[in-house]
Amino acid sequence: MNFPILSSLILLPIIGSFFILFIKSTNKDNPSIKLLALFIGFANFLLSLYLWYQFDSSTHEFQFVENRKWLIGLVNYKIGVDGISILFILLTTLIILLCIISVNQNIKYRIKEFLISVLLMESLMIGVFCSLDLVIFYLFFEGGLIPMFLIIGIWGGERRVYSAFKFFLYTLLGSVLMLIAIISIYWITGTTDFVEIYEQGINVKYQKLLWLAFFSSFAVKTPMWPFHTWLPDAHVEAPTAGSVILAAILLKMAGYGFIRFSLGLFPNASEYFVPFVFLLSLIAIIYTSLVALMQEDMKKLIAYSSVAHMGFVTLGIFTFTQQGIEGSIIQMISHGLVSAALFLCVGVLYDRMHTRLIDKYGGIVSIMPRYAVVFMIFTLGAVGLPGTSGFIGEFLILIGTFQKNFLVAAIASLGIILAAAYMLWLYKRLFFGEIFNSDLKKMIDLNYSEIFILWTLGVLTVFFGFYPDPLLNTIEISVNNLIEVYNLNIQQTNIK
Amino acid sequence: MINNINLIFPEIFISIFLMILLILGVFKKKSSSIIYNLSVLSLIILLALILNLPQNTTENLFNKSYVIDHLSIYMKLIMIASGIFVMLTSSKYLKIIKIYQIEYPVLLLSSILGMMIMVSSNDLIVFYMGLELQSLALYVLASFNRDNILSSESGLKYFILSALSSGILLYGCSLVYGFSGSTNFYLISENIEQIDYGVVFGMVFILTGLAFKISAVPFHMWAPDVYEGSPTSVTLFFSILPKIAALSVFIRFLYVPFINLFDQWQTIIIFLSIASMIFGAVAAIGQKNLKRLIAYSSIGHMGYALAGLSTGSNYGIQSSIIYISIYLIMNLALFSCLFMLRVQNKYYENIEDLSGISKNNPILSLTFLIVLFSLAGIPPLAGFFAKFYIFMAVIEQSMYSLAIIGLLSTVISAFYYLRIIKIIYFDSERFKYDKDHDLGLKLTLAASTLFLIFYFIYPNILTELINKINLIS
Repeated sequence: MNFPILSSLILLPIIGSFFILFIKSTNKDNPSIKLLALFIGFANFLLSLYLWYQFDSSTHEFQFVENRKWLIGLVNYKIGVDGISILFILLTTLIILLCIISVNQNIKYRIKEFLISVLLMESLMIGVFCSLDLVIFYLFFEGGLIPMFLIIGIWGGERRVYSAFKFFLYTLLGSVLMLIAIISIYWITGTTDFVEIYEQGINVKYQKLLWLAFFSSFAVKTPMWPFHTWLPDAHVEAPTAGSVILAAILLKMAGYGFIRFSLGLFPNASEYFVPFVFLLSLIAIIYTSLVALMQEDMKKLIAYSSVAHMGFVTLGIFTFTQQGIEGSIIQMISHGLVSAALFLCVGVLYDRMHTRLIDKYGGIVSIMPRYAVVFMIFTLGAVGLPGTSGFIGEFLILIGTFQKNFLVAAIASLGIILAAAYMLWLYKRLFFGEIFNSDLKKMIDLNYSEIFILWTLGVLTVFFGFYPDPLLNTIEISVNNLIEVYNLNIQQTNIK
Repeated sequence: MINNINLIFPEIFISIFLMILLILGVFKKKSSSIIYNLSVLSLIILLALILNLPQNTTENLFNKSYVIDHLSIYMKLIMIASGIFVMLTSSKYLKIIKIYQIEYPVLLLSSILGMMIMVSSNDLIVFYMGLELQSLALYVLASFNRDNILSSESGLKYFILSALSSGILLYGCSLVYGFSGSTNFYLISENIEQIDYGVVFGMVFILTGLAFKISAVPFHMWAPDVYEGSPTSVTLFFSILPKIAALSVFIRFLYVPFINLFDQWQTIIIFLSIASMIFGAVAAIGQKNLKRLIAYSSIGHMGYALAGLSTGSNYGIQSSIIYISIYLIMNLALFSCLFMLRVQNKYYENIEDLSGISKNNPILSLTFLIVLFSLAGIPPLAGFFAKFYIFMAVIEQSMYSLAIIGLLSTVISAFYYLRIIKIIYFDSERFKYDKDHDLGLKLTLAASTLFLIFYFIYPNILTELINKINLIS
């Protein structure tokens, strides 16, 4: 057997966090903790890059598969990646690395515990994206609640307790239904290995209920309207790094789940529920964009914009077209980069002024010109301007949607206009106008680590905007196969 | 018959040893420490003796009134092992609250003896004897801290209610005997062929008595008061050993004598299970005292164990046994944490006293965190697997509503576990707890917590032990 690269990706952060646990942090600012965390984050990022390099994008089969006996007779520890999941692993390692770098600025106390939580989070999220077994998937998916609860609750803002509880209980409630569905699938098909279930198929009569159970979990996590109310709270109260992880990676677990499970396992039910998902997605796009327009808190505004962007993702997934699904994946990656960057940008202002209210700012462009430039890039990325990765995603999603339903696509396009409205208005209010608040003048422009983080994300956003081929090539074959299998399933049931 | 005597050698050994200890205690002054240590030693020997029994057969003794099979051996093993840990953790506590007396370990041992008889019994009379032996010892233990008014109250309360439930149970036994013509479980099972209302009534009374012993709703009233009032070490004992014994008797009653009444008792067990899960989750939310909270949480946990029993399959029985095994480890860890909440010889047991301990006692609060998340059933901790097996068994029988209610009540119960974590981690600090704990306590805490964390690496460890327990052929 070859070197178990995926298991090492999962294990490395856990082992690292064990070492960090045993470093004494008697003096407040122990640099060795940060260095060790940084080293682990970096090593994991390199490892995932190596994974991508080794990845063979000419096949839809799962690669780097590891299969070990685990719960004997029930569940095997089976992990592997294909074109759909590998990009999310890369996104995870990148974002976590940047989060660890950003810790210096925005976490003032208990840095050790924070880094441990972040690293555990990394392991669990990589686990989510590479598990090939429903129970293993559930284990990682749920396990992520523990570190995230602590991140929001310990390092969050004033209403952190309320938000942490809301986050935890909402997601738990959604997920337990998924657990019931997973166990039912085991008793229906005799296995929880979903590669086998793909081949075997699930009886059509069970599919709708199972689909709904999975949907309840993913809809909360995505979040789709009307299950999104935990997200603004969690985002506003979480520390910057927490918001970044939440927006950039945690929400993607649900989008990934939709593609992998809702589409893959229950094709007939997915087909059946298309109008329902389209409706919720459209409401998410239009309604939350309008809500975002009215926000006074920057973080809340970006949180609502996340809901709207994820509305595009679900829309694209449920078109069942090559463009739609590829667009959704690109949109998720792009949103991972852009929203992470926007939250970091908000963090930059918050660290300096300790307020997130938009009214308190104005005319920053003359005080922090470098900051204004990067913020502009991400604003445009969020708007979906051609030349940013956001454009590729939304464009492909809309192409996919037009093939299915003209009206839906037309309404969804309105969302892009609304996105432009709230993002550009935010930019205008923050950066232009008079400097009425004299405290603002004391703000210092970006320091080196902020420049590094934000420009990394900025360059990637623009690069993938002009040249999305590396991403598209990776996912193409897998998505293609997914749709073929899907169409085959639908045809078979129609013949029956 | 006498050639099978070696099979009950463990019981004989512990009865004789217990009397020797009592005599030693009477004649030797200031011998409480010796007796305490000797009883731990005797439990270890007992463990070895039971491990030494033939593991792969079902042996019936004394006209089939006493049975040594996989179920009884496994249950005795976990009972005695947890008995050892209970004693290891609580010696310092007993010394500090000044109840470190010779009677304490002797009573513990005799109650363990009673439980061993209960677990092995295959006859109504033998069963009742064992039950009374363990209960009588427990009444005294509950009120052991006699200078403390709460402790006396809890002992009295437990005595009255438990005696009442024993009475109901005994009445049930007499009905069953009257209508089936035998006290032997095998014969009862053979004689109940068509549904006879007398037997059904008897069964309901017996189940009522047993439900009282494992404090399932609606027979749970005693639990919060007794848990709160008794000395913490006794509460720990209460929350583990009698439950194991009662659960195993539950299994034997349901699946040996009353197996033909499956349709009748299934509804009862489902009701008990649902009521306990929901009530345990909801009632714990408002608690201020940690021991009361644990009482409610253990009511809820018993609900899950009963859910496994209600399935009527071997898989369900095994899942219940796994549940109770993991539950006992979680409880051991939780109580070990409680024993550590001590400032200068005073123990604290209110939830508010945990406020902000993560600052001064980081290791303790980390273990609290792990134990509480495990109790809430969040993966990848051991508590999740306990629930996972239960729901596997429940869904196998297509009992979806039970599964959904069970999982929704885990969400509710997650709330109060989270509330404790919130107080530990998010609130401001109040006390700085002492860190000089004795080795036994530290060892128990470390072992149980590590088990909870690392269970997921090799989760077959329990299933391999348990998959031989097949009561339904």
